[in-house]
Amino acid sequence: MDLKPGSRWRSAVCDTEVVVVRAPAAPATLSIGGAGVLPAGAGRPASAEPHEPFARGTILGKRYADEATGLEVLCTKAGTGTITVDGRQATVMTPRRLPASD
Amino acid sequence: MNIALLLEMAAEGAGERMALGPRSAAVSYAELLRLARNSGDWLASQPGQRAALLDGNSAAVPLLLFGSALAGKAFAPVSYRLAAGQLRAVLTRLGPGTLVAAPDATLPAPLPDGLVVRTREQFLAAIADSKALPGTPSPDPDDIAVLLFTSGTTGAPKAAVLRQRQLAAYAIGTVEFLGAAPEEAALVSVPPYHIAGISAILSSVYAGRRVVQLEVFEPRAWVRLVNDERVTHAMVVPTMLTRIVDVLMADGTRVPSLRHLSYGGGRMPAKTIEAALRLLPHVDFVNGYGLTETSSTIAVLGPGDHRRFAAGDAAGRRRLSSVGRPLPSVEIEIRGPGGAPAGPGVSGEVFVRGEQVAGEYLPDPLAPTSRDGARLDDGGWFATRDAGYLDEEGYLFLDGRLDDIIVRGGENLSPGEIEDVLLEHPAVREAAVVGLPDPEWGEQVVAVVVPVADRAADAAALQRWVRDRLRSSRTPSRVDFVSALPYTETGKLLRRKIREQIIFHNERWRL
Repeated sequence: MDLKPGSRWRSAVCDTEVVVVRAPAAPATLSIGGAGVLPAGAGRPASAEPHEPFARGTILGKRYADEATGLEVLCTKAGTGTITVDGRQATVMTPRRLPASD
Repeated sequence: MNIALLLEMAAEGAGERMALGPRSAAVSYAELLRLARNSGDWLASQPGQRAALLDGNSAAVPLLLFGSALAGKAFAPVSYRLAAGQLRAVLTRLGPGTLVAAPDATLPAPLPDGLVVRTREQFLAAIADSKALPGTPSPDPDDIAVLLFTSGTTGAPKAAVLRQRQLAAYAIGTVEFLGAAPEEAALVSVPPYHIAGISAILSSVYAGRRVVQLEVFEPRAWVRLVNDERVTHAMVVPTMLTRIVDVLMADGTRVPSLRHLSYGGGRMPAKTIEAALRLLPHVDFVNGYGLTETSSTIAVLGPGDHRRFAAGDAAGRRRLSSVGRPLPSVEIEIRGPGGAPAGPGVSGEVFVRGEQVAGEYLPDPLAPTSRDGARLDDGGWFATRDAGYLDEEGYLFLDGRLDDIIVRGGENLSPGEIEDVLLEHPAVREAAVVGLPDPEWGEQVVAVVVPVADRAADAAALQRWVRDRLRSSRTPSRVDFVSALPYTETGKLLRRKIREQIIFHNERWRL
């Protein structure tokens, strides 16, 4: 999968959708809910659902990062799966508290 | 990434929250998205690649901004204060497309080819009830999102190009998604053709903050709207704040709901910000520095710095005249005349790099040799043409536009620094300092001053005033008195015009 900045992906097993904010330094596999992601707009089997330990859920508007590859994605639709990169669980980034300037 | 995604996310996460308009008749995020999709459908059915706007602030601004993104077209808000010839040139330059105009807008006749005009009401009626299907179009991150004609204080206007990924990166990189409390409201009163008018909508939507619009800025209407709509956030340019402060003092009114006031778009007179801090002690002040070409803010001076100043701390006092520190998502570097990075405290040209930085202009078909396209260097840096320095703690101080720096006897002088000192004088209402050719020094410092009504001001006293506070090289060799100074409509001094006027008068004098 070509995880270039701005590319949009969806989980194969839950409602989660993400957009890539920062590309990985080397090719990486992005999974949500334990299954590799699909291009945004692709369909998924109605019966599919994530299983533990990949069912911890995603939060709309949060950024998830993988330290090892530098990959960073923004969750644009929440779901029940867990975001992993090459099998590692991605971490939720703390939002930057900047004063509004406009 | 694209700006329509910001609205889609807000509608997904807070669909019922008020998004736009007065409390009594606000449109929700879900409804704003529905209307934006209708707008996208309608724009897609129209010829041409542009969605231009010739109007003040109204619901048409966000609906054209997000609608054109969904339609893969460029939103091009145009100044309604342009002279007929300039307006025609700007519209011709944009090329074929739709122009949504105020009902009383004066349009050039004949209109440029391929431009279809609709009034604001016609546009809003056309998109109110159509039934766009949700969710299919996804704008390309490299599409042009917005075209803005930069004010050009030194030359002909240029059309700055801002792409989807740059504006989206600005909002996502600087704003916490749905970080606003549900009762927050932001008042947008800068014109839609100013970058801050665009970024305010994008930031507010992503933060989940209701947008309240003032069609055209007027200080009493601004104060009234803040109070009527319990506005919590607002952004103003320096001339607006000066006029608001005048109204607050003259009328004795206050703005108790306001919690956060940001300003930018030009040098803020110390007198104005000090008066505002005194009058509005409950308000968080933020100074934002940015350019059209950088998708708005790249450095901020936060409320803490403003408060330290108000408490009289020396470091804060000095830094109140800075524009704060770079956003975490951008890098700022100062380069000397040879291009080498300058150390702390050393002035040079301000360079900036980051995902929100566009630095691109529409090619000019009439001047094919002009520099156009993306003007970033090999490292991705954009030359702002602003002069300034970073202090040892990373605060950015601006000396003004590089073209305005006065070089006298090999010494670089900042007109802004001299103007600030002149403005401290009780007899000075407005001041402009420019460099004029000088056979001995290369350039000489000339001040043009608008005196306070009924106050006697004389040139010798003002020269002494500057000499006592700055070095003698910064003392104007001449002080002229005038009744008014020329500004751009967003309050930037037109120094080129001032220089031309002085030279013109000098020549007449010789005749």
